[in-house]
Amino acid sequence: MPAVLEHPATLLESAPETPAAFPAWFAERQRAAWQRFLETPAPKRGDETWRFSSYKQMDFAGFSARSLVSSASQLVARSISLEEVAAKFVFANDQLIHSDAKLPEGVICLPLAEALVSHGDLVKEYFMKRDTRLGSAKWTALHEANLRNGLFVFVPANVEVAGTIEVFHWLEGQDTAIFPHTLVITGANAKVRVVDYFQSANDSDAGLAIAVNDLNAGPGSKLDYIAIQAFNEKTKVIQVNETGVAKDATAIGFILNTGAVWARNESLSRLEGEGSRSDMLSVSIPAREQEYDQRTFQHHVSPGAYSDLLYKNSLYDESRTIFSGLIFVDEGAHRTDAYQTCRNLFMSDEAEANSMPGLEINADDVKCSHGSTSSQISEDEIFYLRARGVDPVRARQLIARGFSVEVIERLGDEKVEEMVLRFLDDKFAHIAGGGA
Amino acid sequence: MSYDASSTIDAETQEAIDIDRTKGDFSFPERHKFDAGRGLTERTIDYISDVKGEPQWIRDFRHKALKVFREKPMPTNWATKDLDNIDFDIIRYYLSDGEKPKRSWEDVPEDVLRTFERLGIPEQERAFLAGVEAQYDSEAAYSNMKEELTKQGVIFVNSTEGLKNHEEIFRPWFGKVIPTGDNKFSALNSAVFSGGSFIYIPKGVKLKQPLQAYFRINSENFGQFERTLIIADEGAEVMYMEGCTAPKFETSTLHSAVVELVALKGAKIQYVTVQNWSSNVFNLVTKRGLAMEDAEVRWIDCNIGSRLTMKYPGVIMKGERARGEVISIALANSGQHQDTGAKMIHAANNTTSNVVSKSISVGEGRATYRGQVHIPKHLKGCKNNTECDALLINTRSRTDTYPAITVKGNQHATQHEASVSQVSEDMLFYMQQRGLSEGAAMSLAVNGFINDLVREFPMEYSVELKRLIDLEMEGSVG
Repeated sequence: MPAVLEHPATLLESAPETPAAFPAWFAERQRAAWQRFLETPAPKRGDETWRFSSYKQMDFAGFSARSLVSSASQLVARSISLEEVAAKFVFANDQLIHSDAKLPEGVICLPLAEALVSHGDLVKEYFMKRDTRLGSAKWTALHEANLRNGLFVFVPANVEVAGTIEVFHWLEGQDTAIFPHTLVITGANAKVRVVDYFQSANDSDAGLAIAVNDLNAGPGSKLDYIAIQAFNEKTKVIQVNETGVAKDATAIGFILNTGAVWARNESLSRLEGEGSRSDMLSVSIPAREQEYDQRTFQHHVSPGAYSDLLYKNSLYDESRTIFSGLIFVDEGAHRTDAYQTCRNLFMSDEAEANSMPGLEINADDVKCSHGSTSSQISEDEIFYLRARGVDPVRARQLIARGFSVEVIERLGDEKVEEMVLRFLDDKFAHIAGGGA
Repeated sequence: MSYDASSTIDAETQEAIDIDRTKGDFSFPERHKFDAGRGLTERTIDYISDVKGEPQWIRDFRHKALKVFREKPMPTNWATKDLDNIDFDIIRYYLSDGEKPKRSWEDVPEDVLRTFERLGIPEQERAFLAGVEAQYDSEAAYSNMKEELTKQGVIFVNSTEGLKNHEEIFRPWFGKVIPTGDNKFSALNSAVFSGGSFIYIPKGVKLKQPLQAYFRINSENFGQFERTLIIADEGAEVMYMEGCTAPKFETSTLHSAVVELVALKGAKIQYVTVQNWSSNVFNLVTKRGLAMEDAEVRWIDCNIGSRLTMKYPGVIMKGERARGEVISIALANSGQHQDTGAKMIHAANNTTSNVVSKSISVGEGRATYRGQVHIPKHLKGCKNNTECDALLINTRSRTDTYPAITVKGNQHATQHEASVSQVSEDMLFYMQQRGLSEGAAMSLAVNGFINDLVREFPMEYSVELKRLIDLEMEGSVG
């Protein structure tokens, strides 16, 4: 493993150094990315991709990309996972602190820092090859310039990874910034599931994470990706997810948001081949003053593709959500079948939900629809549960849980669904009075 | 007072005005009694105020608006780049020969004439719609109707007259629903407005007949920058119809109206627009209603034609149980962009709003729905329902939907649904099996798509509307 460089200067002050072990092309990309970061203007009021956003959240000046970790062994122990996994990687402040993998032959599953050295050409072919379109071009440039590690997964044609590949990203230390990166490539008819867990070492350190995923589903393959965002409520997160789905391939992208004070999710799925399918799913439970800003893009490049987006938010206390989604159908992308639904369930009279479900259709032979609703729990439902002896706080939790389960069930694996529900229940347990 | 009133057009200007020559040359010699000249300066405003003999407060209002217009940026973050093609310096902001625009039949383009024929519009009305100075034999009938309205205390005059003769009712609401600085085009209108209606319906008066019937013979129909203010006092009811189903043959390229509606406690205002602009017109209109306690404002809006229409009728529901509604149809043919939608601002408890919008994109036409629903904090029991459906006719047709819904608090219900579809092959095949041509089958399918909305229009409108859609669909298939 290459040595991890300390970069004690604050994040925005000077260009980070690329570790010497990394290939020259990568060092060049990092230099260019830093330049791009400097040249790209910060989001401003009036930018359509930042409508309703809280600009003040984007003051990242005080953060530094430290790699020092004081509690590595404890963090490894706290990396509670699914019972049986194909591989498990634990990173803390972008340093690998644990790895364990039992994978079929031919599968390359390595920390990105190693893959850059041993499989540089393959990484180069897929690494951040798409432009960020949903507003965070400046922040993904900062990510690219500061990138030190992450996970690289390559599953060759016709190989199925039976279990799940798990990646833990821990954040430790006041004002620490991390830049997790996950790059997944599946060959023809391959199959894999990757789970990223984002957590804080303690409740007191305010951190920053700018995470980017490149997911590339080859022809006929199946790629499931799950992100569990459960940072402490002082941390800020930008997560950018770019998925390309080839002919007859299926990709699932799921995001659970329970943590962070401010989280911006940008998810883009490109339907690149006929018969491709993308399921974009999310469950968010914001409480107190948490704000989740969700931007999605279903890009139908190829004819005859299917995409379905389902985002559900249960809003407690003074929390706030923004959902802005777009189904974009290219000229000639006929027989597109695309759906987009965002549902907001209000658990408090102080919460705020903003929805901007959008369509841009440039082909005529299509079936596209979107919907957005916001509503509250009906008193009848509460009454029904109370009549059966459930206390009101629990009753409201049960309803919010049931509301979310509809999305989680689409993951199609009981063990994984249970794991997601554990994080969900953990969140409910931390909401004062159950949000009643 | 002397201003450059020259109507000779130099080559460069000609080129700038001439956006779509294929639809007929709209520039022809005119001799206007009053002409503010080209471009917009303080002098233009003083000229308009002088000609109209306006009080000082209106002159000041116009001057202030001009400043705002100059400072305000174009709506650039989402609006189409086509807006950049408007050259504000070549526009003539005020033209009047005192009464009616003078044009002759020879100037009316072929397609406009054909539309008149096909809609079965009577000779007299055609003459009026084409802007030809027409001989009316209905002057007597008009006077009778006017008298009846006057007896009930209804005021129905053009806005200049409203300002002069009814300042005490006009002034308190003028510019209050749509402030000057609302957007660049409302500022422009505030600076140079002329024409449009001022209507006041007294307490409890419920008009049985829609008001436009009178308006058709009210000569001030033509205005690039008309300003309309309708006030329905407590419990009053009125339906107002603007425009007509026939093509509005305009010589100007920019139309920028401001329409303000005020429905006081328990009042009801329905505002019906069916517009079919000629295809060189930028139609950039700001329309908003204010609904007090138990009041209702309902916009029924149909947009056909124009080069670019940007129009989002809105309702501010300011009193408890107020209700707002927008029912709209847009049809975009090749070279046209219908950017329409609705804004629903809930500002009191138990207010409800409903938006139903249907669009059809034909050829290379583009239809856009842009919506806003806003329910701020500390309100209770607000409801919004929004439905938008888009129909695409050809492979290069285009449609977009961009709603924005903000809800604060848990005592409300909002839902938004939109769908995009095309006319199904099966349906067309089925109809063709029964002897309809492909075009006729397509027209039938399109009319079926908007049928439930067309029924919301007054009867004579809905018949004309259906014919108009048939006409637009002609030759659009394949």
